[in-house]
Amino acid sequence: MKEIVNLPVSKPEEEEYHINMGPQHPSTHGVLRLLVSLQGEIVKNLKPHCGYIHRGIEKMCEKDTYPQIIHLTDRMDYLSSHINNHAVCLLVEKALEIEVPERVQYIRTIMDELTRIQSHQLWWASFGMDLGGLTCFFYGLRDREMILDIWEETTGSRFLQSYNCPGGVMQDIHPNFQKKVHVFLKTFKKKIKDYEKILSGNVIFEQRSKGVGMLTKEDAISYGITGPSGRGSAWSCDIRKTEPYSMYSKVHFNEVLRYECDSYSRYMVRMQEMYESMNIIEQLIDNIPAGDYAARMKAVIKLPAGEYYQRVESARGELGVYVVSDGNKTPYRMKFRTPSFTNLCVLDHLSRDMKIADLVAIGGSLDLVIPDIDR
Amino acid sequence: MTFNIYDFTSFTTWIDQSLNSLMSPTLALITEMVIIGVVFLLFYAVVGLFLVYAERKVCAFMQNRVGPNRVGPYGIFQTIADFIKLLMKELVYIKDSDKLLFNIAPFIVIIASFMALSAIPFAKGLHAIDFDIGILYVIAVSSLGVVGILLAGWSSNNKYSLIGAMRSGAQIVSYELSVGLSLLTIIVLAGTMQFSEIVEMQSDGWFLFKGHIPAFIAFVVFLISSTAETNRGPFDLAEAESELTAGFHTEYSGIKFAFFFLAEYMNMFLVASIAATVFLGGWMPFHISGWAGFNTIMDYIPPFVWYIGKTAFVIWLMMWFKWTFPRLRIDQLLTLEWKYLLPINLVNILLMAFLVLMHWHF
Amino acid sequence: MDNTNLKARILEIVPDAQQEENKQYLTLLVPAAKLHELAVKLKTTSDLSFDFLFCLSGVDYGKQLAVVYHLNSTQHKHYIVLKVKTDDRVNPNFDTVCDIWRTAEFHERETYDMFGIRFNNHPDLRRIFLEEDWKGYPLRKDYVDEVNIVEF
Repeated sequence: MKEIVNLPVSKPEEEEYHINMGPQHPSTHGVLRLLVSLQGEIVKNLKPHCGYIHRGIEKMCEKDTYPQIIHLTDRMDYLSSHINNHAVCLLVEKALEIEVPERVQYIRTIMDELTRIQSHQLWWASFGMDLGGLTCFFYGLRDREMILDIWEETTGSRFLQSYNCPGGVMQDIHPNFQKKVHVFLKTFKKKIKDYEKILSGNVIFEQRSKGVGMLTKEDAISYGITGPSGRGSAWSCDIRKTEPYSMYSKVHFNEVLRYECDSYSRYMVRMQEMYESMNIIEQLIDNIPAGDYAARMKAVIKLPAGEYYQRVESARGELGVYVVSDGNKTPYRMKFRTPSFTNLCVLDHLSRDMKIADLVAIGGSLDLVIPDIDR
Repeated sequence: MTFNIYDFTSFTTWIDQSLNSLMSPTLALITEMVIIGVVFLLFYAVVGLFLVYAERKVCAFMQNRVGPNRVGPYGIFQTIADFIKLLMKELVYIKDSDKLLFNIAPFIVIIASFMALSAIPFAKGLHAIDFDIGILYVIAVSSLGVVGILLAGWSSNNKYSLIGAMRSGAQIVSYELSVGLSLLTIIVLAGTMQFSEIVEMQSDGWFLFKGHIPAFIAFVVFLISSTAETNRGPFDLAEAESELTAGFHTEYSGIKFAFFFLAEYMNMFLVASIAATVFLGGWMPFHISGWAGFNTIMDYIPPFVWYIGKTAFVIWLMMWFKWTFPRLRIDQLLTLEWKYLLPINLVNILLMAFLVLMHWHF
Repeated sequence: MDNTNLKARILEIVPDAQQEENKQYLTLLVPAAKLHELAVKLKTTSDLSFDFLFCLSGVDYGKQLAVVYHLNSTQHKHYIVLKVKTDDRVNPNFDTVCDIWRTAEFHERETYDMFGIRFNNHPDLRRIFLEEDWKGYPLRKDYVDEVNIVEF
């Protein structure tokens, strides 16, 4: 049967030597140690050693109340912090069967999409830099500053906002919010064409990423590679389409799929997703209904006893939150199924018989954020 | 003695005569060698300093930022501050490295570029050695640099350095062919390998325009392969920071690292000055044959300024595409050389030879 | 396929599976010995075809240690949750499913690291986040660590 595999067992061969990439390394973007076993320039085996930034978030959650847990979820995948918060809030609201006001849904969706855009901007910046086009880093971060300024005005913080809370958002949006978002959309639509000229159309870049790191659709499903990496292998796994939440059932957007299954297709999926996110924001930004910015919740939130699972689409893939509750104000067990941890499994499989330079390209195209792996 | 900035021959003959009248001929010769050595060292240091500053400013402007602007007006003393810092750094000695090779490696790289630079004409009469096989000498001597890189990578006792040095060795040895063949194209056009004659022959137009299509192709191929020779630009995988931390010079610190750093910029200067001399006329002003009035106007600008201007232009081109393009992988780089550049070069030489035979050049 | 049919199909394969009522997805408690066989059938049978394991968690129920598998079929779009429990807290072990769903490899390592649950036939069962010589399994309810955990 093709589905049941004989797991590969690596034997050390002659002329193989080990190299450590990390924990401090310019291109693993975080503290991840990769023990790479090389034969010349060819990668034979790769063992990731995680845990350098393991903070025990799941253990901490067992002692924290649900509003306190929001602040912990920010720090898992810090580039999709808003979406992480959103997951926990959705779970709590679903368990307590609370209906949030429509204004909250609009604000949350717009913030989610802004998060996705800035995460992809930072990804593009660091991907270009890893491959040697150092100028890309500055261009990507320069444009990301506009989103960070919008957030600073509304939520008070550029990074790790903890803006969501169970029932709604912490405070209402700033009066300048809509205007600034319009300015951003207008500017970024022009700038993203520069991105495509610098990197997407460059023949050196295409040679570095086409045919590198082929991930078939069956492998993507078996390894659980969701998000843009999975959609680059033509697996339609966008949670915003399969199990829509917030306003995603009411806006029109395309799920970006590509069929080439290599690093270039994963790259193009993320570039196209930035366009789609801007499209979603445009549909929502002018129609935010008036109303409350939070539903009335009890002072102490206690989830009824039972098990709950909530899935959202973060910038990196499917974020799953699994809560086992025994009726108290703190969860009995809280498990985060983070996309980067799952996507890490496939790094070994994709880089077999590739060169070191390709390993960097593959790691960049999978878009790993290390605190998301370690929690 | 007339100090003529248009023709340094009178200045150099004056120095020669006064030295010979002061001391015996052998001693005068030795003194001259020492003077030339010192002048070159100073030139090396000053140009290196300036190029580092220029690179930082050029790359900053391309990346939408300002670059160094604190140390001195517009940050011009930044490199001096950097070098003082490098001089004061601790020299880290690696435990199991091969001490002799570890220490000589940076010197070999510098010596190679130093020797090559001595054959380039800087202005009319300002020429350290005027070999009649000038171009061949330059190509031969600049190949010595690869020995320094390989020694550095091997003796560091570090896997990263070794990978970097191996990559670099393969790259440099391959691209020397392209460099040599593209220069050969111009030798076919010029009929001589002597630098001063090559420059004199461009007095009625630069070779880039005289040789039109083959010369232009040779120029482009020369630019690409010389960037690869100097480990710069899209071909810098030997020191690719995002993959191998720092490649072959990972284990060097302080003054030894400064030598590698300086040698890279001087190699870039060397390569740019060869391009400027052979393709763009060296110190020869821009003349169009037949336009006497235009030519006399062009002659007002001193030759030294022309030389520096052309070299600066080529250097700027090299910096431009270093900061724009991503890096090539080692196998793509070698494919580029052996499957594309080499055949193009060979065909180009044939084309140029045909052109010369049919007198279809300007 | 809806939940009643799913439950019926699974009861055909493993007759002593018990359903846990009132859960978000169809949740079945299966005996540990039948886990691997059931998992193979769930993946390979064409009208079940559960090819996406989207969450593998360990849970410490106080007296029992459990592993919870959340499965999804990308083709038929149905969900199921499998649970296996053991009373043995000294040497808990289950069969690995990483030969069926490759994503389980790292998730099982994490479960071993945090709960001490061993998985038979796992190719590389070592701790993933904590150091190799760490004593104890932090996410168990009876884990005591005076140095690193501050109790209020």
